Amino acid sequence: MDIHFLTYKLILATAILLISLVIAMYSTLVERKVAGFFQDRLGPNRAGIFGLLQPVADGLKLFMKEEFMPATADKFLYILGPCLTMLVALLSSAVIPWGGTLEIDGHSYALQMADINIGVLYTFAVVSIGVYGIMIGGWASNNKYALMGAVRAASQMISYELAMSMAIVTIVMTTGSLSLSDIVAQQHGFNWNIWTQPIGFFVFTICVFAECNRTPFDLPECETELIGGYHTEYSSMKLGFYLFSEYINMFIASAMISTLYFGGYNFPFQDALGLSHNLITILGTLVFFAKIMFFIFLFMWVRWTLPRFRYDQLMRFGWKILLPWSMLNLILTGFFHLLFK
Amino acid sequence: MSQNTKIQLTNRSKVVSNKEMTLVEKFYLPAIFKGMLITLSHFFKKEVTIQYPEQKRPMADIYRGLHVLKRDDEGRERCTACGLCALSCPAEAITMVAAERKDDELNLYREEKYASIYEINMLRCIFCGNCETACPKEAIFLTDRLVSSETNRASFVYGKELLLEPKNAPLDVSKRQTAEVLSFKRDKTKAHNK
Repeated sequence: MDIHFLTYKLILATAILLISLVIAMYSTLVERKVAGFFQDRLGPNRAGIFGLLQPVADGLKLFMKEEFMPATADKFLYILGPCLTMLVALLSSAVIPWGGTLEIDGHSYALQMADINIGVLYTFAVVSIGVYGIMIGGWASNNKYALMGAVRAASQMISYELAMSMAIVTIVMTTGSLSLSDIVAQQHGFNWNIWTQPIGFFVFTICVFAECNRTPFDLPECETELIGGYHTEYSSMKLGFYLFSEYINMFIASAMISTLYFGGYNFPFQDALGLSHNLITILGTLVFFAKIMFFIFLFMWVRWTLPRFRYDQLMRFGWKILLPWSMLNLILTGFFHLLFK
Repeated sequence: MSQNTKIQLTNRSKVVSNKEMTLVEKFYLPAIFKGMLITLSHFFKKEVTIQYPEQKRPMADIYRGLHVLKRDDEGRERCTACGLCALSCPAEAITMVAAERKDDELNLYREEKYASIYEINMLRCIFCGNCETACPKEAIFLTDRLVSSETNRASFVYGKELLLEPKNAPLDVSKRQTAEVLSFKRDKTKAHNK
């Protein structure tokens, strides 16, 4: 392993970590701003110009808050919960291809942390671990509302993971690869998967909303019936970790939607522009982030439009509507794949 | 409108029915998109927010806000501590202590008797304006100023130092004290003056 490779990976890892954290940080502000605009309000605008210092103020506030732990809580698990959630939220960013390759001094640097050939499987595994953070936190709090929220979260995530996996399996079938960089590379130009997989896209997007515990699937933390759900007993930065990881999850989920269905860093006419390879890569990364921003906005847009599902509706929707549709999509795709290949 | 039709405030109410949903409706997505378009239209609407400390909502001319104890043209306090305002106050928010004017205080108080302590509890006050109506000396008026928020109850008891208008900056109450109001107050044929 040469020093070149190590420094490049180190720089890339730091950049990805920082970018995810900063985007998650400012998502909290954007969320409140967007909510304000949707409700004919202004949103926070006092801390700094346009309220740009608001996330800093919120973070400071969370750090200053009393570090509270219930007397009957399981001390070790209570701390493990938010840490695990945060860790898992950051883990999945490792396999996402953030851009093409940069050519510097004859060396080729891929803008992807780890191009493992089972990237899709890895993402699944990591997303499934995500439920443990919530489950452990809810269990360790020793509070009935927290436990209820955690149980809801677990059953919801497991239910929706099925339909989501089906949607991704369909993608894997058409591309014939489990590597995310392959999946993106095959969507070169404007050959995005959304054109061939519209049903898969809808199923996947809806499931991702459920996986991120976002409205209309925010039952694990619905404040009206469960006080705060699994993070009822949490305060200070431990609560901050839970809230923050939700936004990181949202960022990663948006990146996954863009990667799988909207061509990742590919954009139309990228070959016709006649630009140099490096410039195309940088432009592609910017386009990728624009796509991510759009989907983060979509997350917020839906949140401030739709009310929350009832629990039985949530389960019925997951098992009786989404799963059959994703299966139908799988069978249809397989059929056409055989017919026209 | 015939005898049988129900009288309604508006005609926008709809009768709810539990009819079977059509196939398109069962997908929910069209309805969701419709809802999202509605929220998006609000995204681009003008915000109704008033940026309070910098920007203030226009007040009505006769707004009943924070009280003021008026001075006369020579800067002497008009209040004679007759107690009619306290008597008329339905919330019992006003208390006062009367005192006799000394010879060297001729330029401070208009009449021989004055209020040495005059307090209004702003938490009790309902801003009805009865004190203003009751006052025979045109000494107390409600203004378009607001009572500021405090962190403890004691600070809401406003004494003379807060209520009395400053000598060099008299408050304009002409909007509340119109000719009609004055003539009504002084009309000897009316019950309140008998």
